[in-house]
Amino acid sequence: MWERIRDFPEQLYFNYSVYIDRFVDWLSQAFGWFFDIVRDIILTMFDGVEFVLGITPWWLYIVLLFIAGWRLYNVKTGITLAFLLFLIGVSGLWSEMIYTLAIIFISVFISFLIGLPTGILMSKSSRLENILKPILDGMQTLPSFVYLIPALMLLGIGRVPAVFATTIYAVPPLIRLTFLGIKNVDEQVIEAGISFGSTPMQMLFKIELPQALSTIAAGLNQTTMMAVAMVVISSMIGARGIGQEVLIAIRQVQVGDGFVAGLAIVFVAIILDRLLQGVTNRFDQTMETE
Amino acid sequence: MARDVKVDNMSVVFGTNAQRQAAIELLDENMTADEIREETGATVAVKNLSFEIEEGELFVIVGLSGSGKSSFIRTLNLLNRPARGSITVGGQDLTKLSRSELRNYRRNDVSMVFQNFALLSHRTVMQNVEYPLEVQGVPKEERRETAQGAIDLVGLSGWENHMPNQLSGGMRQRVGLARALTNDPELLLMDEPYSALDPLIRRNMQDELLKLEDEMDRTILFITHDMNEAFRLGDRIALMKDAEIVQIGTPDEFFDKPANDYVKNFIADVDKTRILKVRSIMNRLGFVAKMGDAVKDTRAILEEKDMEFCYVTDKNRVFQGYVRFEDLKKSRAKTINKLVKEDDTAIYRNAYIREAWPKLKAAEFDLPVVDGKGRLRGVLDYGVVVDALAD
Repeated sequence: MWERIRDFPEQLYFNYSVYIDRFVDWLSQAFGWFFDIVRDIILTMFDGVEFVLGITPWWLYIVLLFIAGWRLYNVKTGITLAFLLFLIGVSGLWSEMIYTLAIIFISVFISFLIGLPTGILMSKSSRLENILKPILDGMQTLPSFVYLIPALMLLGIGRVPAVFATTIYAVPPLIRLTFLGIKNVDEQVIEAGISFGSTPMQMLFKIELPQALSTIAAGLNQTTMMAVAMVVISSMIGARGIGQEVLIAIRQVQVGDGFVAGLAIVFVAIILDRLLQGVTNRFDQTMETE
Repeated sequence: MARDVKVDNMSVVFGTNAQRQAAIELLDENMTADEIREETGATVAVKNLSFEIEEGELFVIVGLSGSGKSSFIRTLNLLNRPARGSITVGGQDLTKLSRSELRNYRRNDVSMVFQNFALLSHRTVMQNVEYPLEVQGVPKEERRETAQGAIDLVGLSGWENHMPNQLSGGMRQRVGLARALTNDPELLLMDEPYSALDPLIRRNMQDELLKLEDEMDRTILFITHDMNEAFRLGDRIALMKDAEIVQIGTPDEFFDKPANDYVKNFIADVDKTRILKVRSIMNRLGFVAKMGDAVKDTRAILEEKDMEFCYVTDKNRVFQGYVRFEDLKKSRAKTINKLVKEDDTAIYRNAYIREAWPKLKAAEFDLPVVDGKGRLRGVLDYGVVVDALAD
């Protein structure tokens, strides 16, 4: 008797997973052509990016990174960043790193193409803001593994679904910070723009976006960090690179290999973060008021 | 051409649509703004305002924060839309402008200087100042040239390529002023432009504004909460309180007959001799002859008006001197040119009465008042000055 009151009644069970299955099935059938195009585009992007990344000799990366660190911060930072990159090479993970970087770059690039316009539209329409905010929250809270399954079904196995899943996971902070950046432009500056007869487009490109630039750059930084965080997870659907090394180490219980690969991901994250942070600081320095 | 401004029964109300609707219905009910807010929840920022600003006038609205003065000035370029009533600038009713007409009005006829400067922090001084022309699509060369003129005018030459964050507060506001001047507006709106500056710089900026104002032909509406500033600058002043105008008039009229105790209190700390300027107590001109006028005509007019002499200007209204009726009667010349007597007693209209006093004491007649370009603007009567200083 007590059990009947205590336990959740089975009559109320409603398994809506079938509907999601059906929806994704329907998507892959009805829009199969579309996902084929997406697949082709992403593959073409990989060709381009990997060509550029692959043709560059390893020492040039290290020199360029040193110069970037030096110009953005100081000689010490330049040396530190270059040394971290050198360590990745020493670990024997250089080509894996290039592969992983290609996934990160393409995912961030697509996130930018989607995130920036969405953030702008969101700042202009309070209705869109109300719709998107809970969705963005959901996207960020949902366990990132969940994106892998539909990505797999729609785009097959390998690095293309990896880009797809990474983009979905990484785009929310960029949207959110683009939105915030534009919303937080000083009220009087907006008024000044209007009072001189700017058109809405002039307002956007000459005032709002430039004023929001450092916030948007911070969003881009976060997006990149999220993309790095997806590296291991996306290797579960067949993306190779450093993530795969970690995965193999887990399966074979190789503590050493696992840590070496894991640290390599940390180094990539540090390097990308420092670089983007440096660029953002540059904006802030010239823009700072009061 | 400067423009005149007519405000007719204009109100500004903030709140949700329902609240505004309810508040608008109560506007004629003889309730204060506070009472309407309690009743409806809507904020009446400006209530049933009606007055006129003449063309070329430097008009100051003064009041404490929350009195509605900033809400009012924002209606003149429609940053705030009036809930009802009309605003007419140079014969054009702003509330009836279409979207593109409004844009043109903002681009060409009006501009605004903001309390916190509102500079574009991502642009250099030059790029800030040329912004109003940039949005109009003026070619780069041309707008650079115009902007440079404005930068020179406010004394910022040499700072063109600096970023706003490298400048002091006073210099930033000069950038704000230069930016507001580049589109050569007929109506210049200044919303507490000097309130964020320290007193010494503020004083400086006020003097410079007067000098600038003197050389250009435009209507200026100036908002401040500082009575001293209001009296130093204004041709006429309106004192606002609780969304309504308490008193409107020349500085002298404020001292002469303050409307109520609130006004009296407000002006209690103001030192008249330091603040009252020649222009604020000068009389309007009577008949003025022009160089080249016929002796016969001039004589006839003076006789008819029973005047002993009259002032003479050139065709640009630049002061030349005076002619006496006596001399006209005797003369056989055709034009009055040779009879004009030079007069070096002319005083600058922005001089403070304290500065003008020695000249005035020595003078036998009324004194001619001129502006920065030497144009005759009015006469100063000895008796008026004594009266003004007496109480």
